[in-house]
Formats: sequence, C-alpha cells, structure tokens
Amino acid sequence: MSTRQFGEPVQRNADPGLLKGEGAFIDDISLPGALHAAFVRSQHARAKIRSIDISAAEAMPDVVAVYTADNIGALDVELPMLIPHPCITSGGKTQRPLARDDVFYAGQCIAMIVAVDRYAAEDACSLIEVDYEPLPVELDLEKAIADGAPPVHDDIPNNIAAHFVQESGDADAAFAAAEHTTTVRVRLERSTAAPMECRAVAARWDGVSGELTVWDSTQATISVRGGLASLFDIDEDRIRVIAPNVGGGFGQKIMMFHPDEILVPFAAMQLDRPVKYIEDRVENFIGASQERAQIHEIALAAKKDGTVLGLRDSFIHDTGAFIPYGIAIAQVASTSIAGPYRIPDIWVEMTLVYTPCVQVTPYRGCGRPQACFAIERALDRLADELGIDRTEIRRRNFIGPGEFPYKRDGLLFADGLAVNYDSGEYEKALDLITGTVDLAGFRKEQEAARVEGRYLGFGIGFYVEGTGLGPYEGGHVKVHPITGKVYVTTGLTSQGQGHETVFAQIAADQVGCDVKDVIFVEGDTQAHEWGVATFASRAAVVSGNAIHKAAVKARARIIAAAANMLETDEDSIELRDGRAWIVDGNRSVSLAEIATASNPLRYAFNEASQTATQFAPASTHDGPPLAEGQAPGIEETDYFSPSHATWAYGVHAAIVEFFPDICSMEIRRYLCIHDCGNMINPMIVEGQVMGGIGQGIGGAFYERCAFDDKGTPLAANFMDFLMPYATEVPDAEILHMETPSPLNPLGIKGVGEAGTIPVSQVIASAMEDALAPLGIGPVRESPMSPDMIHGLLSEARSRR
Amino acid sequence: MAKSVLKKPIPPTSSDPRVPVTLTINGETVTREASPRMLLSDFIRHELGLTGTHVGCEHGVCGCCTVTIDGRAGRSCLAFAVQADGAVIRTIEGVAGEDGTLHPIQQAMMECHALQCGYCTPGFVMSMLSYLDETPQPDLSDKAIREMLSGNLCRCTGYSNIVKAFRRGVELMNATAD
Amino acid sequence: MKPALFDYVAPETVEAAVAALAGDETARPLAGGQSLIPTMNFRLSTPGRLVDLGKIESLRGIAVENGSIRVGAMTRHRELEAHGAANAANPLIGEVLDNVAHIAIRNRGTVGGSIAHADSAAELPCLLVASGGTVSVQGPDGSREIAADDLFRFHMTTTLDQTEILTEVRIPALPPATGYAFEEFARRRGDFALAGVCTLLTLEGSVCREARIAACGIGARPIRLAAAEDALRGRVVDEDARSEAGEAAKEYMTAPADTQASVAYRRDLLAALVRRTSETALKRAGR
Repeated sequence: MSTRQFGEPVQRNADPGLLKGEGAFIDDISLPGALHAAFVRSQHARAKIRSIDISAAEAMPDVVAVYTADNIGALDVELPMLIPHPCITSGGKTQRPLARDDVFYAGQCIAMIVAVDRYAAEDACSLIEVDYEPLPVELDLEKAIADGAPPVHDDIPNNIAAHFVQESGDADAAFAAAEHTTTVRVRLERSTAAPMECRAVAARWDGVSGELTVWDSTQATISVRGGLASLFDIDEDRIRVIAPNVGGGFGQKIMMFHPDEILVPFAAMQLDRPVKYIEDRVENFIGASQERAQIHEIALAAKKDGTVLGLRDSFIHDTGAFIPYGIAIAQVASTSIAGPYRIPDIWVEMTLVYTPCVQVTPYRGCGRPQACFAIERALDRLADELGIDRTEIRRRNFIGPGEFPYKRDGLLFADGLAVNYDSGEYEKALDLITGTVDLAGFRKEQEAARVEGRYLGFGIGFYVEGTGLGPYEGGHVKVHPITGKVYVTTGLTSQGQGHETVFAQIAADQVGCDVKDVIFVEGDTQAHEWGVATFASRAAVVSGNAIHKAAVKARARIIAAAANMLETDEDSIELRDGRAWIVDGNRSVSLAEIATASNPLRYAFNEASQTATQFAPASTHDGPPLAEGQAPGIEETDYFSPSHATWAYGVHAAIVEFFPDICSMEIRRYLCIHDCGNMINPMIVEGQVMGGIGQGIGGAFYERCAFDDKGTPLAANFMDFLMPYATEVPDAEILHMETPSPLNPLGIKGVGEAGTIPVSQVIASAMEDALAPLGIGPVRESPMSPDMIHGLLSEARSRR
Repeated sequence: MAKSVLKKPIPPTSSDPRVPVTLTINGETVTREASPRMLLSDFIRHELGLTGTHVGCEHGVCGCCTVTIDGRAGRSCLAFAVQADGAVIRTIEGVAGEDGTLHPIQQAMMECHALQCGYCTPGFVMSMLSYLDETPQPDLSDKAIREMLSGNLCRCTGYSNIVKAFRRGVELMNATAD
Repeated sequence: MKPALFDYVAPETVEAAVAALAGDETARPLAGGQSLIPTMNFRLSTPGRLVDLGKIESLRGIAVENGSIRVGAMTRHRELEAHGAANAANPLIGEVLDNVAHIAIRNRGTVGGSIAHADSAAELPCLLVASGGTVSVQGPDGSREIAADDLFRFHMTTTLDQTEILTEVRIPALPPATGYAFEEFARRRGDFALAGVCTLLTLEGSVCREARIAACGIGARPIRLAAAEDALRGRVVDEDARSEAGEAAKEYMTAPADTQASVAYRRDLLAALVRRTSETALKRAGR
C-alpha cells in the first residue's frame, strides 16, 4: 500500500503560486476593455428619497452609464428571500438592488456608476445629488421593539422581524423543581467578517454565444448562478460563475445577493463590455453583511450540587434592515444554547428585530459565539453562587461518553433536524486542559502576584458546534488519460481552507497517487454544477465524504482495468506511486496507461497511449468497443448526504494579566483543546483553529461595528474597526482529540468556525477572576474594552 | 430585432492628464504614462500587470500592498505612481528565483502553513524581506517578530504560523549562506 | 477609495516649492504622504495641487551639533530612529519613534511631515513640545523660527501659513542629569494613542529641579501639563508626588468621548501615564 495521506500534515498544493504572487483574485483577472463600477450610497440610516439628480454625473466624459432604480428594468425588485421560515413577519423584508423611494441603512446602494476607471466612477459618485428626508431611527434593540418606536419598515409593527420558540423537555417543571436559579443578561455587539480581500465581482457578456461569465468572490457559485439565471431569465447553462482565489470569506461572501452581484452582470450585458466592481474597504464596512448583535436573558434551574435541570433563554437578535437569510443565525444560537451539558429541559425564545443597519447574515460562528457566551457566563455565575469551582460545575453537567447519540427533541437545528450530538469525550477534554494549564500551580502564582499588586486571571469556556450540515455535496474523480493526473471536482468554493490539499489527500489514498498529482477544481459552475456551498463548517464533512465515495468507486475501476491489463485477478493488484502493481511482483501499469486503455479511442497522442497498447485490453467483453452500460475512461461521481449535523466541540482556557491603571490586558497563555473527529490534515486543522482564535480575540476585545444614535457607522475603516495585528493575538497551545463521527465514512467533523466560538467567554471569565480582589461586578458584554474595564473598576470603587 | 440604441463611444482611458513615470521594478526599467493621482498600487497592478501586490484597505493599515521602494518596505497605496519616478521597486513577483525556486522566506511560509487565503501573504513577505535587509541578524524572540510583523493584517491565520515562518526562514537563509 | 484629481509638481528647491504653493491656495505640500494620502483616498482632503517635496535634497539629513539635533524636514522617521548620534544625544527620540505606526509607515513618513500635519494624537509633535524644540519654516518672505509652544494651534492645524514650508526640526539634546520616558496607550500596537505622555525630569540630588511633561491624544493639540510639572518640580519624586502629578494632569484632558474611550477613562489613563512615565524617568535620571 502507498503511505496513507489521510491524517498527515501534507503541505498545501496552493501555496507556491500564492507565495509568488500568482494567485488570481478577482481584481487580478485582466479583462481587456473592462469598465469599472462604483456606488452612490445612502448617507442616512432611514430616509425618504425625494429626488435623485444624475445629470451632472451622466454628463461626465468618462462616465458610461448611471443606473438607478428607474433604469434597471426587471431587476427593480425585492431580492430573493433565501431561507424563508413561517415565523417571519409578513414573509420577511429583503432589499432592492438600488433603493426606490426609501433607504433603510447608511451605506445602502442608491445608484451605480459605470465609468472608464474607478477613479472617474468615484468622481461621478460625488456629483450625484440625492435629496433625502431623514426619518427617525432607533438603534437600541430593546427600545426598537417597544410600542411607538420608529419603524424600519412601515408595515412591520414593533420592528419584529420574526418570533419563534423552541422547546425540549419541560422547562417549567425543571424550574419548579429547582433548588437554585440564576438569571444573567448578556449582550454582544455587532461585528463583521472583514476578509482581507473585500467583495468583488466582474462580468463578461458574450453576445455571440449568449454566454455570461461572472467572476464573483462568493462562497456559493452554484447558488449565484441559479439566482442570476432566475433574475435574468437565462438558461443556467448559459451562465458560468467562477470564484477564483478568494481572499477570505468567513460567511460574508455566502450572502447573496449583494446588489453588485446582480448589477455588474446586468451592466456587462447592457453595455456589451466587461465590467468590474472591486468593493473598497469603506464599502465593505458599510455595505456588506455583518453579524453578532444579540441580547440574551438566560436562566438556569439547578440543584444545590450544581446539576442544571433546566434552561430558559429569551434573546433578541439584530437582523439589520433586511432578513434575506431568515432566522438561520438565531436558530443556530437557540440550538447551541445548552452546550455540552445534559440539561434535559430547555425553553428558548428568539425575537428578531429590524434595525436601520446593514443586513445581518452569518459570520464565522453564526450564532454560536453568542449562545456560548450566554450559557458559559450563566454557568460561571451559577458556580460562583453555589460556591462550586467553575471547572467542577461543568464536569457535573457534561453529557457522558456513553450517552451518545444524545438528542434534544424539539430543538431544530439549521438543517431542520433535531439537535442530535453524535459523539464526544467532554470530560476528558476538560481534564486535558486543566492538567495542561496546571490550574493548581496557577492559583499559587495568582496569589503571589496579587501580593505584588498584579492581577492574573484564569478563564475557561466550552463549546459545541453542529457542523457538516446537508443537504448534500458531490465528488467527481477522473483519471486523465494523457498525464495520468487525477482530476477531482466538487461544487464548493475555497477561501483558503486548503480544500485543494485535503481533498487531494482523500482522493490520493484511494487511487494511489501523489497528493501533488491531484488536480482539484472547485468554484466553477462549469467544472461541477451540483452542490451547495462552503459555509457552516461543512466542506470537509460533506464534500470530503462525497469525494471519498467517488474515489472508492474510481479505485474499483482502476483495479478492474489493471487486473485485465496485467492479466491477473483483482485481489493481486495494489495501487501506489501512480501505478497499479501486481502484489509482490515488479510488473505494473501507470494510471495514464490504465485511463488510456479504458477509453476505446484509437489515437495515440503520447507515450502513455502507445505503451498502453502493449498490455492486454482494460476491458474484456464481446461486442462493440464500449459495452452496453459501460462509460469510457476512469471517471466516477458520487454524492454524500449526511443524516444530520455532526457535533464537534472543544474547550479553551487562558491566563490573562490585567493592568487596572490603564485598563488593559495581556494574554499570557492561551490553550485550546478541540475535537473535530478524525483529522484529514492536522496542520490545516490547527491553522483553522488558530485563525479562529485570532478572530475570536478580535471579537472579544477589539472589534466593534459602532454606530451613532442616528445610525451612522462609526467604524467604517481599519483605524476605527480594530482588527488585531500579530502584537495583539497570542500564540495558542492547541491540543487535538479525535473522537470519530459515526455519521460519515471518514469519521470527520467540521472545524472551520470552532476557534472563534468560546473566546469572548474565556476572556470575560479571566477578567472576573483577575479583578475579583478589586470587587468588580460581572462581565456581561462582548467585546470587552479598556473603556468597559474602566467602567467596572469605577463602579467597584464607588461601591466600596 | 435590430438594436435601436447605438453604442455610446467609450474613451479608452479617462480624461485625466497623463505624465510619464519611469521606474525600475524587479530589475527591469520601464516607462508608462499615468494620471498624477494614480496610486502606486494601481500602477503596479494594472499598468504593469504585476497583480501579486494586493490592495486591502487603501488607507495604510492592512499592509497587503507592501512593496519595497528604494529598498525599504512601504505601502504602495500611500504613494502616487508619479512619486516613484526614478525609484527602484521590488514586488512579490521579484522574490523567487528565475527558475521559480521559492526564496527561503517563501519556502518557510509554506512549510509552516503561514498562509491560508494568501491575500495578505505578499505584503507579509515584502515586510519580512525589507526588515531582513535592514537587520541581517534579527532578534528571533516572539515579541520582536510580532513587533516587526505588526503593520500587516491577516484575517485567516491568527499569526502564529507567520511568526514561526519568519524564524524558519531566517534559519533557512543562514543555512544557505553557510 | 481613490483620490480626486490634482495638479502635481515636484520642484527641486525650497524656493520653487514655496512659489508653487503660493500660486494656488488649494495647494498643499506632499512630504511622506503617510497621513495626507489616506485622507485623500477617503476624499476627506482634495487639494487642487500637490507640491511634492521629495526631490528637494536640502530638506534631508540629520546633524547633531551644539546640543541640538537638527533634522531636515524630509528625513524619514526610520532614518532618525536608526541614527546613532541623534539617539545618543537624546534617547527619547528612539523611544518616541518606536511608537509611531509601523515600520513600513516609518520608512516613508517624514519628521517634518508629521509635525506639520499636527495630528493631536501624534507622537512627534508631543516630543517637540516636551523637549522644547523649534522648527524652521520658509515662505515667500524668507524664513523664520517657531518654538514648539507656538507651533501647534489645534488638531491638524499649525501656525504655518499656507505658503510656508517646514524645512527643519531641531530637538535639544537631553540635558545632563535628566531622565526621560515616553509611554502611550493605544488599543493596537502602532495606532494613534488614546493618550501618550512624554516626561523629562532633571534631578539635583534626589530633588527634581526641572520637569517637562507633555501629552498627546487628550485635546486639540499636544499640550504641556504645567500643573503636573509643578507637582514634581522642587520635590522628591516619590509615589505621592507622582500621584499628585497624575491627578493634576487630568484637568488638561479636553478630548470628547469617542468609540474607544470615555472622558472619565481618558482622564484616568492620562493620570496613569503621567505616573508611569515619571517613575521611569526618575529611574533613568538616577543612572
């Protein structure tokens, strides 16, 4: 057998090109004659548009076209409601590509300019006169749902976009039986994915063939194609959507449609010229999807020994001015709320609120960081109130390794199926982290530091993550007859997760070739047209298993053909080093020869096709060259459709030093134990986790999409939105556990979002621990900040 | 049905005045015309076609567009192409060997899995190379490396592997030099 | 985020640059561009003409003489940071520059540009005020000297005329028996500080003979914290004295609340930085 590639830290196939500047991100693609788009965006959060004067802009010599809602024809509609749900008020509001009569957030697109270059397009933007009648707004989530609050949408009372309750067991009974109850209120603020490459789209219309090519920095090429075909009323086969290299997505690029994704192809068809729109950083901060703002009021019903009997959580979720993604984020939050804990009786209520801000759609974590912050903060509080150690209370409530599958009937996850944890070793993970951090030793160090007037704290947070949702993905494996390389496709897109390497590992294991000899293609509807998209930590699980299944079938065909060619039986064939060998012999045939011989074409293009003729035929049958039901070549396709989500989990801990005089902190040590089932490539898994932690640190202490009370974004650049540098993110000690998932052939779980989830909890928990001697009150908000620490310390001082 | 609307003539370039800019980039001296307001980043990417230099914020915070200008790392989004008239520029395309062999820093970035989406990567590499040029025997402590790397944002990696890659790259360079 | 169109000139002499500025009242000098170009990319600034000072050789260079460090306005931050003699004469320079943005910005940003830009949170203006430096400027009517205390009016505004160019910055060498410290607090490394304090303490025995303390980020311009200086001058700089100085500093905090800091926090932060820097300066003065 070849050395198994699955599980090895194989270096990435994508790296050499990216390192040499050979990546092809959207704006790197040269489209001769391309025109450039820029948008006029609303200056107001909520206003009526009295008039738009485009005459001065239109008269500019470098301007080719100016579009408003009045001249985009059939596109002047409310965009698709992607994930409808019966609980959504009046079916839900979605935005129009360009505002008509009303604007609903500062940053909303009002007009699109197409000009010879982006400089000229921006010049023209500043010449468009929009006459607004500003309307009152309410940014505070709780005030926004009160009677009399100014409405975002006139026909939606109290700004309630959706209201939904999920129940598992009998929470009322649990609370009636409780010996102790704890209620905490936590709040998380708005944040954004801020990928390094902003969003971008380019389009070219070929009027001769009637084909539209769209390059889109999207996470969902296939869905974009479907949507465009529908909006433009063109056959899907006439539209090709390509996501080439994409510079990070983190959920923001799953959202469709951002207006440019429709208007740029529209302009390309109208003007018969390629058109590019390269979103700039300010536009990304004001016009691209955001996430995170929620307020939870969570109550735990417990016994005196810390056993949690029941949970009630009522939360408000900010959905922004529109709700194209339905209740997905809130639903994920509601179903993650009980974490790894047994808690049998759960009642959770969600209220989604329209606010005059850019729409909210999933950002890495998608409701899980919020849910984790709520349950973990509550559990810390319960532990403190009952006088139980914060780690011990978790131990007392874990679902045990023998209790899987553990189902929460009544809690429906984002896939529409009941929450059903498939496997895990939660207590073992907790033991591993407390042992590694040497908690007892730390407590002594903390004591000694306090004597010196230094404030060290320990924080911990546990999370679970439903990953790998369906409905399905496909895998396609083909052996190229000319080169013998293995061509693998799936319907996903990549934003740097290393798909081209991990999927190559999976395929290489079956066909017995080098990982570098796998050509992997995704993000191109012409290469693979059935599938869903990259989101929700699902790529490895769903496409990985689909590719595995297809590769297993390809392997069988290779072996059958090789056995015929080498005139032996199939059991005597082994695949390695890109060849099929007779076991214990020195005779072999290459993959190229096998693929060539499997195709009854008579041209001998190259040496492989000539040498293939020296062997016996790949197929032994009578009749025509291709037998009835037989396909040429070595090519297989298969699909994987998971029965339900598979639940990964992990625990993070940190030792943090706080400096009360300047109200800041330094993370001295950060630890992470995680379990995503079998790891395809531990190097890449660790990279995903560390990256998630970095984003989590940003979310916990630095990043906030702030608005003033008029709804004007205050953090619309990298000076005000504080994405951390290397100086702010600590190194993390990452330890792996591998509890296989029973739900898929490879035993894997997703890992893409894991790292971000518990970080705010860990820092909050550490802050309370460190500053306890100064008498600070509980930490209930994220992100934390020096200003917030100052507030807690001042409050504590005034109490003393 | 015949098209009733005639196509509007589209000028090949904007009506901005254009001035000649001569500079040496990755060893080659070139002259192109550019509007005085064209940012150096756009000039490198779209006039010269060297698209490995990326643009992430256009206000000098993210570092994606870092190139070396007269031997020192600088933001190409915070310079006008006309300012670079007569300058010597190096971009990511000028880092690997002519046969495509990765520079030790690039090699180390790959070995240490120091890139994911790869968008910020050229900026990091150029910052590292400029620093090494200035400081051939750098302090390899975590603190010092992170300090040096501050000024380049990465959203994917959480930085740890980039820190390791710098250390590994210096090791590889020293090994080559021996 | 592309700048509006402007007319570009790159004169080779200061005189020609002054003339180019005088010809257009919307003209602005372009030095390193690290502050100006971002504002142009945001279109917050749309000068009709940019007068690039990059080709004027006479504006470059560093000289240490007669107890003063003379820095040509177009000298890059990083050149001054790496200049051995300048840092030997006044090690506060390196300590301050280490906090200015990031290496790639310091490679391009110029000393004169930063001072003339006069961002109220910037470090170099604070250094100039604390150390009692001066600048030379040249205009249509010749050149003149401006003391640091008379240079900064308010955020991004100096007492220079639109037609004048800052040509040289002079920073006094560190006086004998003087300890120094600069410390700032920024949310992220390299950001403009929420507050920064530059402290110089000259000791006579164990008593502070002279104290010079200036702060940035706390008001409309870099400002001397005279009351804090008074709290230290003539005293042993013990913990009580440092606390008093910190308390005294708070009255100078006039910045409004922003997304990063409330007024109350910034006042306390300023006090903490005064305490911290005076402690460090004291230790260094004793060496």
